This record gives sequence, C-alpha cells and structure tokens, in this order.
Amino acid sequence: MSAVPQPPGNPRGRQGRGRTPFRGLSVLGAALVILLVWEALALVLRIPILPTPLAALGTLGRELTQELGRHFLASLLRVVASITLAVSLATPTGLMLGQSERLDRLFSPFVYLLYPIPKVVLVPIVLLFLGVGNAPKIVIVTMILFFQVLVLVRDSAASIRPEILTSVRSLGAGRRALFRFVYLPASLPAVLTAVRQSIGTAVAVLYIAELFATRYGLGYYIYLQGSTLFNYAKMYAGVIAMSTLGLGLYFAVDAVERRVCRWIDA
Amino acid sequence: MIALNGVTFAYDNNARVFADFSWNVRAGEIWSVLGPSGCGKSTLLLLLAGLVHPQAGMVQIGGEEIKRPRPRTGLILQEYGLLPWATVRDNVALGLRIRRFYGPDGRHVPQDEHIDGPEIQTRVDHWLSRLDIKEVRDKYPGQISGGQRQRAAIARTVALRPDLLLMDEPFSSLDAPTRESLQVLTLELCEEANLTVILVTHNIEEAAFMGQQILVLGDPPNRERRIIENPHNADEAYRCAGAYQRACSSLRQRIDETGAADTRRPSRRWKTQ
Repeated sequence: MSAVPQPPGNPRGRQGRGRTPFRGLSVLGAALVILLVWEALALVLRIPILPTPLAALGTLGRELTQELGRHFLASLLRVVASITLAVSLATPTGLMLGQSERLDRLFSPFVYLLYPIPKVVLVPIVLLFLGVGNAPKIVIVTMILFFQVLVLVRDSAASIRPEILTSVRSLGAGRRALFRFVYLPASLPAVLTAVRQSIGTAVAVLYIAELFATRYGLGYYIYLQGSTLFNYAKMYAGVIAMSTLGLGLYFAVDAVERRVCRWIDA
Repeated sequence: MIALNGVTFAYDNNARVFADFSWNVRAGEIWSVLGPSGCGKSTLLLLLAGLVHPQAGMVQIGGEEIKRPRPRTGLILQEYGLLPWATVRDNVALGLRIRRFYGPDGRHVPQDEHIDGPEIQTRVDHWLSRLDIKEVRDKYPGQISGGQRQRAAIARTVALRPDLLLMDEPFSSLDAPTRESLQVLTLELCEEANLTVILVTHNIEEAAFMGQQILVLGDPPNRERRIIENPHNADEAYRCAGAYQRACSSLRQRIDETGAADTRRPSRRWKTQ
C-alpha cells in the first residue's frame, strides 16, 4: 500500500486521527481477495452450507428486488431511526453534562455504571416490555448508540479550551450563541466518531433483536433461511446484505466526517 | 471612559487580588498595564470585560456599570481564542454572525447596529485586507502562523467596531519581528478608529513602546495605583530613539522603587526582550 501524499506543513496528515491511510482501490483489492479465498474454499470443500460467492451474489441480486429488499429496508429504517433518536437525545445531554461540572458530578456515576453494560443482554427485557414490532429493536439499538455519543460529546464539550469560551463571550455571545457557535460545532466530530465507532455493534445487536418477535428484518430473514428453510444461498444473500448495511453506514458516516471535520487534519 | 471605584475582588475564597482599588482612563488613551505574573493584570481585564465581577466597588465604562460583557468592548487574548474548526474568514465573521444571531437587542448587540449578510461580507473583506490576511482566508487556524492567527483575532474584534480594546499579552508568544510589526499595526488601528486601549503585558519594552501611560501592578492585593506617564508618539522610529531607551530604563528603575518586583522573587519574573 502506498503512503498517502501529505501537504507540506502538515506532519500529522490523516494519521492524526489514528486511521490507516488507504485508497478506494486498495479496499476494492482487499474485497476481491476475500471473495477469491471464499471461492477457493467453496470449490475445494463442495458442501451445500458453503455456496460459491458467485452463487450467493446471484441470489442476492435476484432476492433484493423481491423478499430480501423488504427485509433490508426494514433493518435499514430501524438503524437510521435509532441513529437519529440516539444523536438527538445524547447530543444535548452530553453538551449539558460537558458544560456543567455540577450536573456531570451528579450524573457521571449513572453513566459510569450503565455505559459498560453490554446492551445486548437487555434484549429479552426490552422485548418483554415493548412486545412485538419496531419499538423494541429501535430502543435497544438507540441505547447502544446513546451512551457512546453521550460520553464522547460530554468529553469534547468539557475539553473546549477556556480561552475560546472567554473570547467568544467577549464577542457578545450569551448561552444560546455559545451553544450555536461553539459547543455544537465543537461536538460534531464527537457525534460522528461515536456513531462510526458503534455502528458495527449496533447492527450486530439489531441482528439479535430481529431474531425475536418480528417477521421483518435481515436478522429474521437470515435465521429463517438458514435454520428453518435450509436455503443456504438465500441465507448467504442475507448475510451479505446485513454486512453491506453495516459497511455502507460506516462508509457514509466516515465520508460525512471527513467532509465536516477537515479542520482536524489541518 | 473607564472608572474603577473602590474595587475589591478575589477569586472564590482566595486572597484578594484588588482591595479598594480605583483607577480612571479617559477616552482615546492608550495604557499599558505592567506587572509580574500573578499580580492581577489579566483579572483587571476580565473585570473590564465584564467576565468577572467585583465583590465591592464598581467598574464603570462610558458611565455605565459593567455587569455583563459590553458590546462595544473588544477583548484580544494571547492564545487568540480562534475556533479551530472555522476558516480564517469564518473566524473573522464570527462576532458579526453572533450579532446577526441576536439582532439589535441592546444587551448582546448595540441597539443601533443592524447586521445582515452583505454587511458581514463587506466588513470581513475589509478587515481581511487591512490586516493583510486575505491570502489565508480559506485556511484553518492550525494551518497559519502565530502572527497571522493574532491578526485574525484582531480582525475579528475590530470588525465589531469597538470603542475600547482590551489586550491580554497579545504578542508575547510571537517572534520579535512579528511582534514589533503587530505592535505598530495595533497603534495605527487605534489611531484610525480612535480606540481606547488597555494592553496587559509583563514585558517592560512592550509597555514602554505601546503605553502613553503605564499602570504598574505589584503583588496582590493591589490597593494604590502606580502610574507612570510615558507621553510619546510611538512609531517604528521611536524604538530606536534615545527617548525610548530612557523610558525603558526609568521604567525598570521605577518598578524596583515601587517594590512591584519584590526581593523575594527577583527580576526573573520580569521578562525583557
């Protein structure tokens, strides 16, 4: 992999954000290698539970316009709803805790206790309380994203340098303007980083949540095809669809982050 | 312009920084405030800026008691206080955008000031050119030099057309040539806009070059005001003049006499160029 050329006077470059430099082409290359290994394994093993990638992708193409498309959409909507809900609840809460030491002292023990709990173990409880339908799935994924966003936004708001606050206040900013011109833009990278970091976990837990009490969603589809109908090509198509969902959201957030947070590399 | 009457101030329950301290500044005067670190120089500016409030006494600017930041007062800090996520242009526009955000409410924004989009653009363009940072307008603060950052901070403040400029060690992290050119530029801007200036510094040469009058602060609590008259027209030539050299050495002597640089902590705390 070749190094990304860095502009002069910018010693940190992309690596400043702890990322491996890569180009679109090398990612495509890696994807190709993974597919080739899969193909080879399938050709060598020749068992029904491992169809070739071509067969799986063919099924995916056919199924997307039919049944699978509906399940994909159901899962996508659940994740997007959860992200929206989590960000709009956690950002103001995080900003409030980050701005006020007193509030933070009051609430940080709760955050400290609840943040590390693997939210996936709460799935049965949430299902018991909220029953069937979208609500329990959205709530559980929201909980995962909520704490991640909350903690990162709180820390970013608390770490805004005091001279920035002093000087912006001296320009006439009161509480509202500080929120609009300082706290909100300062916490945007934290929001995006939090969502990007937790999107994988969120999709994984969505899979678990969709195994129960629903007839829509990729989790349901994959489980149904694999364990009840024994249609392995379709099961693989579902797995690819769910991977694509996670990857696609990750790339989308990453792209927004790169666009919005250009100044971090500056 | 500025009147401090019997001001007493302490941070929380700590020792007093000012005790029954009084001081007056007339409009259009340029003052240096000189003193060692920890003497209360920056606190004095925060009091004037309305960002901290005295426990006793009164701070008045333009005849009004200061209870919150005053829209016509500009504050410039050593660390610039630029937003790292905004370009130079957006940083210079920040104060104006805050004014548009509030509208002329008389509290955050002067009642006679109506700011709209084109007005912001005109003023920002003007000050980017005047402070010679037009070329770097699309760069972020992290991409430009310290001198350019301080120019951006000055542009952001003067774009709001202040009548009082408070500067807290504005040039102390800059190299000597940059510092000197910014000192001259600041004096030019003050003359153009007939600004009243309070410049806080721990640098004797800077105090002598910039201040027509110099307020010397010592170890807290500060009670009496020690003022040194330093009438001159500062320009680039003044720095090489004998009068300037004499002013610096007499200033150093006066400081020793007033005991501001006390014997327990000797002149190490006084920075010279």
